[in-house]
Amino acid sequence: MTSQAVQTTETKPDARTVLDLYRTMVRLREFELKVQELYRSGVLPGFVHLYVGEEAVAAGVCAHLKRSDLIWSTHRGHGHALAKGVPGREVLAELWGKVTGCSAGRGGSMHMYAPDYGFMGTNGIVGAGIPMSAGAGLSAKLRNSGQVVVCFFGDGASNTGSFYEGINMASVWELPVVFVCENNLYATEMALSRATKSLEIAERAAMFKMPGLAVDGSDVLAVYDLAGQAVDRARSGGGPTLIECKTYRFLGHHEGDPGTNYRTKEEVAHWKKRDPITSLRERAIAASIAAAAEFDNIDGETQRWLDDAVEFGRTSAEPDPRTALDFVW
Amino acid sequence: MTTESREITYADAGVEALREEMRRDSSIVYIGQGIGPRGGNFRQTKGLCAEFGEERLRDTGITELAQTGAAIGAAMAGSRAIVDNVFLDFSLEAMTQIIQQAANAHYLSNGKLKVPVMIRGAMGSVRNAGVQHSHTFYGWFANTPGLKVAVPSSPYDVKGLMKTALRDDCPVMFIEHKALYNTKGRVPVEEYLIPFGTASVCREGTTATVVAVGRMVHVALEAADVLDKEGISLEVVDPRTIAPLDRATIAESIRKTTRIAVVDEAHNSCGFSGEVFALACEECFDSLDAPPLRICSLPAPNPFSPPLDSQIIPNAERVVREIRDWLNS
Repeated sequence: MTSQAVQTTETKPDARTVLDLYRTMVRLREFELKVQELYRSGVLPGFVHLYVGEEAVAAGVCAHLKRSDLIWSTHRGHGHALAKGVPGREVLAELWGKVTGCSAGRGGSMHMYAPDYGFMGTNGIVGAGIPMSAGAGLSAKLRNSGQVVVCFFGDGASNTGSFYEGINMASVWELPVVFVCENNLYATEMALSRATKSLEIAERAAMFKMPGLAVDGSDVLAVYDLAGQAVDRARSGGGPTLIECKTYRFLGHHEGDPGTNYRTKEEVAHWKKRDPITSLRERAIAASIAAAAEFDNIDGETQRWLDDAVEFGRTSAEPDPRTALDFVW
Repeated sequence: MTTESREITYADAGVEALREEMRRDSSIVYIGQGIGPRGGNFRQTKGLCAEFGEERLRDTGITELAQTGAAIGAAMAGSRAIVDNVFLDFSLEAMTQIIQQAANAHYLSNGKLKVPVMIRGAMGSVRNAGVQHSHTFYGWFANTPGLKVAVPSSPYDVKGLMKTALRDDCPVMFIEHKALYNTKGRVPVEEYLIPFGTASVCREGTTATVVAVGRMVHVALEAADVLDKEGISLEVVDPRTIAPLDRATIAESIRKTTRIAVVDEAHNSCGFSGEVFALACEECFDSLDAPPLRICSLPAPNPFSPPLDSQIIPNAERVVREIRDWLNS
């Protein structure tokens, strides 16, 4: 593999893969829209950064992972957790601060962990997962566990020292790690083009003699294909890969930021037209890979799944204040 | 229990602990600068690479952020990891990983994640290296819930505490003193461990209690020898770990002697000396016969020139003078 953009996949994907990817993306989308609704109504405490628009990345990458594989996530991480298999109930209950959340309410949106599902945490510190992922890759290699480690991070993280030190280490030790940059063009309100002249993040991998490839992050099949190659490469001992998924968040940086005073309406509209969910559906139906009814079924099933998660979160107990000092050591 | 022992150096005591624990636990991986074939800048890993190989003793470039983050990630993923930043001063490059990641993961995951990582780096001034190689900020770490902090003063304590650190599931800051690596002391032949949170009464006395850690234990003992000839009997207590802190042993000593002094290479503001005073007030208020005394590094960056440096850091002469004045006032 070399540093170059990968075009949309040419081979016709099978219906099962398409529907599975669609299901994951719809779950991520509907989950986040529900979180937005609950947050706006004042039910959920704290802060949330929503993944709406970027679903193809988590879905396309995590489709290749086993439960025992490990992923490190970001502040915009609900989608990563769900795509890695953490039950929606547990993710939503965590956002609610309930004891049934995957971190029993100790973590919330930016610090939720579910190691039973190989989910090594969302993270409030941009870039922090990159060195830790390298270390987890080292551990997997030394233990001969066959695990692959995936580290998600944004374009903002690509300008941190953690990025350069972490991918250098993964490269020199040939670790089984896939670094997935979700380049949504803005670090909070800071446009990538204002932060660096090095706009092709995938190309930076070449500095470390690591394969670096960019992909259309709105095209879940393209992400799926490229991630599959990188995961296979890592699992077979071939070393790390950097994937840059060019994507876009449809909403603001966090809930409460309209995301409109640093992005033009035209730009937002342009990306919304490339919605990863509707475009997959339309393409698959046009190519006769799957029928509209099959997608509709998934939509209905997703609503039931979400209703169950909301009911679970709503009715779950809050943590006992007397447990506030448990698990410090 | 056998009392057979021999005299070895502070550095070699650590090497023995590492050798025994790396033989016992094949999951241990040691990451750091110059710790492989070179055997460590302070000879603190001498001979280990020959036995365990470069897979388990992994030299890194100068990349404290990545090496520390990688050790933390490896620990979270199922290895037991050691990162050696050699100089505690250089751990500053990795503070975000230590404070924001390692210290929190167990708690935030509701106890599901273990983080068995030992973060090693030597503190204090040695041979007028100048301020950037002379810091003594061990207390900062003890201000962070989720970290344990060991500050051994003798070969015996290095070995016993390090073996405990390497069986703990919590991140441990293992902070030796640079100037002590070549000092010698008796260490049993038979295996032993020192539980964290157990202070050592290094010298019994009746006039006043002196609490000190690291090299200052030796300064306090030297001062105690001088003052003993004047009829002043100091009890020197070395907490050995400051998180957890053996409050009971310190309080018991203060109640016995009715006076408390702290000799500390760290600065006095918002630090360990103040913590001991708080302990004295909280637990021994009615027993105190004198205001507490602290003899700390003076509040300036460590200067290079020997006469200036000696002015800043407590020495036995200053401790003798200040304790004598204190008791006579």
